[in-house]
Amino acid sequence: MDGSALPFLTIQEARSRLDSREISSVDLTKAVLGRIEQIEDSVKAFVSVNEELAIEQADLADKRIAAGNAAPLTGIPMQLKDNMATRGIATTCSSRMLEDYIPPYDATVTQKLYEQSAVLIGKGNLDEFAMGSSTENSAFFPTRNPWDLDRVPGGSSGGPAAAVAASECFYSLGSDTGGSIRQPASLCGVVGLKPTYGLVSRYGLVAFASSLDQIGPITKDVTDCALVLNAIAGYDPRDSTSLNAEIPDYTGSLGRDLSGLRIGVPTEYFVEGMEPGVEDATRKSIELLDRLGAETVEISLPHTSYALAVYYILAPSECSANLARYDGVKYGLSDRDAETMWDALEQTRGKGFGPEVKRRIMLGTYALSAGYYDAFYLKAQRVRTIIRREFEQAFESVDAIVSATSPTVAFELGAKTSDPVQMYLSDVLTLPANIAGIPGMSIPAGMSDGLPVGLQILGKALGEQTIFKIAHALEQATDWHTLRPSL
Amino acid sequence: MNQISSDEVRHLALLCRVAMSDDDVEVMRGQMSDILGNISILNQVDTEGVEPTGHSVDLVSVMRDDEVQPSLGLEETLANAPTREGDFIRVRAVLE
Repeated sequence: MDGSALPFLTIQEARSRLDSREISSVDLTKAVLGRIEQIEDSVKAFVSVNEELAIEQADLADKRIAAGNAAPLTGIPMQLKDNMATRGIATTCSSRMLEDYIPPYDATVTQKLYEQSAVLIGKGNLDEFAMGSSTENSAFFPTRNPWDLDRVPGGSSGGPAAAVAASECFYSLGSDTGGSIRQPASLCGVVGLKPTYGLVSRYGLVAFASSLDQIGPITKDVTDCALVLNAIAGYDPRDSTSLNAEIPDYTGSLGRDLSGLRIGVPTEYFVEGMEPGVEDATRKSIELLDRLGAETVEISLPHTSYALAVYYILAPSECSANLARYDGVKYGLSDRDAETMWDALEQTRGKGFGPEVKRRIMLGTYALSAGYYDAFYLKAQRVRTIIRREFEQAFESVDAIVSATSPTVAFELGAKTSDPVQMYLSDVLTLPANIAGIPGMSIPAGMSDGLPVGLQILGKALGEQTIFKIAHALEQATDWHTLRPSL
Repeated sequence: MNQISSDEVRHLALLCRVAMSDDDVEVMRGQMSDILGNISILNQVDTEGVEPTGHSVDLVSVMRDDEVQPSLGLEETLANAPTREGDFIRVRAVLE
C-alpha cells in the first residue's frame, strides 16, 4: 500500500494491516506525520506535534506486535485534546495561563491508551479551557474546518474533530461540557461520543465545569468509536465521580437490525433558526430509521428551551471555582512586575485568561455571590432536576432520542465572535445531555451546501450500547462517513 | 435586575481577582447584561418543591483504602513553580 494512503484508513483497517505485518506502526506514524507536514499549516488542528516521541512509541508498539500481544489500539497514532495531562509534554488548554505547563503525571485516559501502546502524535487545539463553540477562543490560533478553510471546525474540541476529519490522526479524545465533542464532530463530518457522565475518568482532565465535563472519542466511524471507548471507559478511584459500572465490549452492540427499538424525536429539537439543509438531513435520517425497522415516535421535552440558561449559570459557576487555582504561584503564568501579592494575582489572571474565560469567571462569580445564589445557582440546579426527570420519563417509553446535533453547518470564522449569545446557541441541542448526564453521539448524516450535517443520538444513562447499535445501523445504510474533505 | 452596573463589574472583577481596564469593564458590562437577560427566562419555570441537582448521577462518596501510595517527588512537584528558592516555592509577602 502506498504510504500516502495510510492516514486515510480507519482504526480497524490499520489494525488488520498491522496485525498481518503488511505495515509497521513506524510506517503508519511516519505516514501520518507526513500528512501533518503537508496540510497542518492550513488546518492548524495541533497545538503541538511530537515527532520524536511518536516514532519512539511506534517502535515500541512494533515490538509488542511482533511479540504477539497487541491490544486493539497498539501502534495506532492518535491525538489528545490539549486539556488532558500528558507527563513531560506541555498541556496548555490553549491558554496563555498554561502555555509552559508540563504536567508531572498522565491523565487516566492517557495512561489507559499508553497501556495499549498507542502512539501520541500530538495535542489538539481547543477553545481556551474548553470554553467556546468554534475554537476561535484558542489563545494561540483558530483551527480551520477541513471542509472549508474559511469556516470554523466547531468547538471546543475543534482541533480533535478537524484532525480526524483531515486524517492527521486515526482518532482523538475530546471533552464535552455542553457539546464540545458532538458539535465539532458534526461540523467536521466525523463521529463523536460524549459518554454517560462518570463512565470515563476525568482524572487529569483540566477541570472546567466538573459536574458536566466528560471525555470521549472522536473517530472516523462508529466501529472505531466503540474500539476507543472500550479502551478508555472504566472505574477510576482517582476520580470521585467515576461510575463503578460494568463495562461491556461496545463493539458487541454493532449490528444492523433495529426492529423492536422505539426512537423518540423531540419536537422541541427542531429549533427556530435551524438551517433547512440540517432539518432536511435530520428528517431523512429519521425516515431511514423507520425503514431499518425502528419505530420513530414524536415526543415532547418541554423544558428544552431552558437548558441553555441552566447551562450558562451552572457551567460558569463551576468554572469560576475551578479556575480560582490559577494564581501564578504553583505553576502557570506568573506576573513578576506587580508591586504586591494582590496586584500580582490580578495581573496574572488579567493577562493569562482570554475574553471568554474571563466572561465565564465573572458570570459564575456573579451567580454564586451573596444575594444572587438562590435566584441563579440554586434556581438553575432545580431546573436541572426538571430537565433530568423529563429525559428519564421520555426513556420510559423510548430507547433513544434523535435530533440534529447542531442547528447549523459550520459557520465562517468571525461570524459569531462579537456576540457571545449567538455563539452559545450553537450548543442548544447538545447541552441538555450534559445537564442530564446522559450519553450522546454525533454521526455524519448528510451534506448541506458541501458541508457536513451531524445527527445526534441520545441514550439513557449507561445506554451507550443502544446508541452504538442505532449509529452503526445508520452508518451501514449510508456512506456519509466515507466522505473526506479534499485537502 | 438584569442590567449590571460598571461598579458591580468592578466589584466582581475584584472578587475573582482579574485585572480589568475601564474599557474591559464597559465591554463586560454590556455582554454580562445581555447574557443575564437571556438567563432570566428561568424565572418562568415553576420550581416549587423541586430539589436541586448537583450531579446528574447518584454518587456515593468514594473513599480509597488508607494505604500509603507513591506520590510525586520534590523536583517533579516544584518543576512548574514560577519562582523557587531551595526546596520552596517563593511567594510575595502576604503581610507587608
